[in-house]
Amino acid sequence: MAMTTPPITGARDILSPDGWLAALARRSEAVVIPFCALLAGLAAFSLFLLMQGKSPADFYSIVYMGGFGSSFSWQNTLSRTAPLLLAALCVALPARLGLVVIGGEGAIVLGGVACGAVAGLLIGVPGVLGIPLMAAAGALAGAVWIGAVGALRHYRGVNETIASLLLAYIAIALMNHLVEGPLRDPASLNKPSTAPLAEQLRVGDLPGWNVHWGLIAGIVACIAAWVLIERTTWGFAARIAGGNVRAAQVQGLPVGRLIIGFTALGGAFAGLAGVFEVAAVHGSANASLAGGYGYTGILIAFLARHNPLAIIPVAILLAGFEASSGLIQRRMDLPDATVLVLQGFVFVAILCSETLYGRFRLFAPERWRTA
Amino acid sequence: MTVMGHLAAGALGIETLGMTMRFGGFTALDRVSIRVAPGSFHALLGENGAGKSTLVKCMMGFYHATEGQMLVDGREARVPDPRAAHALGLGMVYQHFTLVPSLTAAENLVISRKDAPRIIDWRSENAALEAFMAQMPFAVPLDQPVRALSAGEKQKLEILKQLYLGRRFLILDEPTSVLTPDEADEVLGHVKALCREGRITVLMITHKFREVTAYADEVTVLRRGRLAGTGRVAELSHADMARMMMGDAELAQPAPRAGEAGPAVLSVEGVRARDRSGLKEIVIDALEVRAGEIVGIAGISGNGQMELMEILTGQRPAEAGTIRVKQTPYHARREEARVKCVRYLPEEPLHNACAAKMSVTENIAFRTFDMNGSGTRFWLSGREMKARAADLVAAFRVKTASLDAPMASLSGGNVQRAVLARELTGDVDLLVISNPCFGLDFTAVAEIRARIMAARNGGAAVLLMSEDLDEIMELSDRVLVMSEGRIAYARAVAEADLAEIGHHMGGHA
Repeated sequence: MAMTTPPITGARDILSPDGWLAALARRSEAVVIPFCALLAGLAAFSLFLLMQGKSPADFYSIVYMGGFGSSFSWQNTLSRTAPLLLAALCVALPARLGLVVIGGEGAIVLGGVACGAVAGLLIGVPGVLGIPLMAAAGALAGAVWIGAVGALRHYRGVNETIASLLLAYIAIALMNHLVEGPLRDPASLNKPSTAPLAEQLRVGDLPGWNVHWGLIAGIVACIAAWVLIERTTWGFAARIAGGNVRAAQVQGLPVGRLIIGFTALGGAFAGLAGVFEVAAVHGSANASLAGGYGYTGILIAFLARHNPLAIIPVAILLAGFEASSGLIQRRMDLPDATVLVLQGFVFVAILCSETLYGRFRLFAPERWRTA
Repeated sequence: MTVMGHLAAGALGIETLGMTMRFGGFTALDRVSIRVAPGSFHALLGENGAGKSTLVKCMMGFYHATEGQMLVDGREARVPDPRAAHALGLGMVYQHFTLVPSLTAAENLVISRKDAPRIIDWRSENAALEAFMAQMPFAVPLDQPVRALSAGEKQKLEILKQLYLGRRFLILDEPTSVLTPDEADEVLGHVKALCREGRITVLMITHKFREVTAYADEVTVLRRGRLAGTGRVAELSHADMARMMMGDAELAQPAPRAGEAGPAVLSVEGVRARDRSGLKEIVIDALEVRAGEIVGIAGISGNGQMELMEILTGQRPAEAGTIRVKQTPYHARREEARVKCVRYLPEEPLHNACAAKMSVTENIAFRTFDMNGSGTRFWLSGREMKARAADLVAAFRVKTASLDAPMASLSGGNVQRAVLARELTGDVDLLVISNPCFGLDFTAVAEIRARIMAARNGGAAVLLMSEDLDEIMELSDRVLVMSEGRIAYARAVAEADLAEIGHHMGGHA
């Protein structure tokens, strides 16, 4: 119907579908809808709190204090942001090809184990050489793990969501086997771990901050991923394949290579998250690697609409929620799993909001004049 | 039984008076008054966007008309929603099927009833269905799952469902677009018989003049939301109807044929592949398309045309045989297609050749985004993409609100124009096309056929697969028929015999 509309107004028309307002409207859909879904999730969670006789106002003010209220809480939040950024990329990159990969946790765990194992071989190697080697080993482990999900999908038609989830369980079992068996440091009694990293292999903090370098690595990775997707021909080819795989095939694009490449790259980022957890936080690889960052990463990627730049603020927000969980436990007498419940509410709201895209004329300038 | 009671009441007549539908400032339907006499078969013609769908949606209660009234059997009727329309005896059959594929025809009929009981007594239902079917002039197998039925049988079942539900006025929205010509004739023949018996009245939206002339009693033509003309079909020629539909706009004439066929560009030898079900085999022993000719492949859909297209585009692996383009083996890789100037126009372009949510600019860039002159590039150039899209949109007269609008916001004809713009620019040596005009109005059809002919005259080898035999006969230099995964017939178009082609299409060679 839009096509038969006669031009009503002149070229300098503010409602023109080519104008700046139209461009703004098109872009704002991916911001407004997730934001409203986030608010809806928080509102629903408030009801959950009220049912338990707790005050939502208290809860959110404690979240603010615990996550963002002081320089101490900011540092706590930002330390947790690093792995979340990288874990979210493991969801967002395959998602641009239309794949829902939810097993980033497996890549994080194996990346950490690979880092711990390689560190054991690097006795006496200086950090400038050792840290890149550990990072490469962790990224490679993650790339192989999630790349395998892509390969299974492309060559055998295995559903990538199920495959990645189940492979995450296998990865965690594999880690437990390795740190309790072949890689175990005999000195680790209560908590089986690999040997502690040598001092020069530890990743330190940013100057003047109590936040490790993983934050910078994560932000750089997000920017690089955005450039890859939005500014390179590989990213454009991936977006075509994600938009319509038949169209990509008819254009002769190497869909299989794109799928395996993007899943492997996402896995490499998640593996890197494991490396920082070992080299900057825990000091050795152990069961603490399976801390749920991979799963929070799923929520972040969906909230960010799989836009790597949007992942940065969303990851900081969610890291703040997690950082405040200790304070919530102490101040409100709620279990620390409460933050997981909150994440669950937000995730359900986000998934429900997926059906809202394309429904609002406000965000579709080409329909402004027709109805 | 209520169903029988409705049937006894017979066909309904409907009249609209000054029906107007405005969406904001846009008038989709402007004071349209039509009269459909009881028991008549009335065709509703018009281009895409002429207001046909808006009119029937107002009648069915999907839209609330801004102004105007509807009379059902001479009495004013208010239709706040489709349920009210159904209660009045109005029903609609859509272009695409609304049956549950895994259920049998009988189950589909019974569950469609508003008063279907919680616990169904199949013995009495089956008896009632049999009694119902005995009154019908045509039948479909009731005990088969719907997915096992042919497209024609499904459409017959859709019509039976409306009768079963006691509808006495049927709106058919392009009911034959998914049917073969034979199936279409059969279905419309039955519908016509029902009208003649006075059981139902039919209002059919269509693009096909042939169907109007063969089956309709009266025709109403809409143009740009207004009534452009109405009359008895017997008194109108195709040219009259075309004039009403088009106004004074001129149709693009198919370019005359020019030039002689040159050397072979595409040769397919001994190719074998599985079909989509995996049960049957596609066998193409020899197929050759030469420069400057159009080879048309006719056939009923589902006889391997889609698989052949997939083999040629590299989407379906061939188990044996070779495909050569310009004498060297061809595997449909992007570089090969670029070097050998091979282009594809798959059927249903929005579904097979575009990403619906990406912008018009991006969709137009699909073929060239990684080219920089004759080389390739790594960094995307948004500026070049936009400039190219602006040029091509203008050159191919693609109507779009904006270059940034998503592809899905374009009408079917404009999607096809955008894809043509993308694929027909630059040197084209081999063009592989499937059903290029499916579902398009005829300004778009004429224009698209003219472009295909122009590509041929420019020296391209064209392989055209189409379910529209008229299209094949109009455009092709040579015609082939595909049946059961094989090429069953091949002739120069001048020597081709329609009856013989029909036999081969039906598989009775």
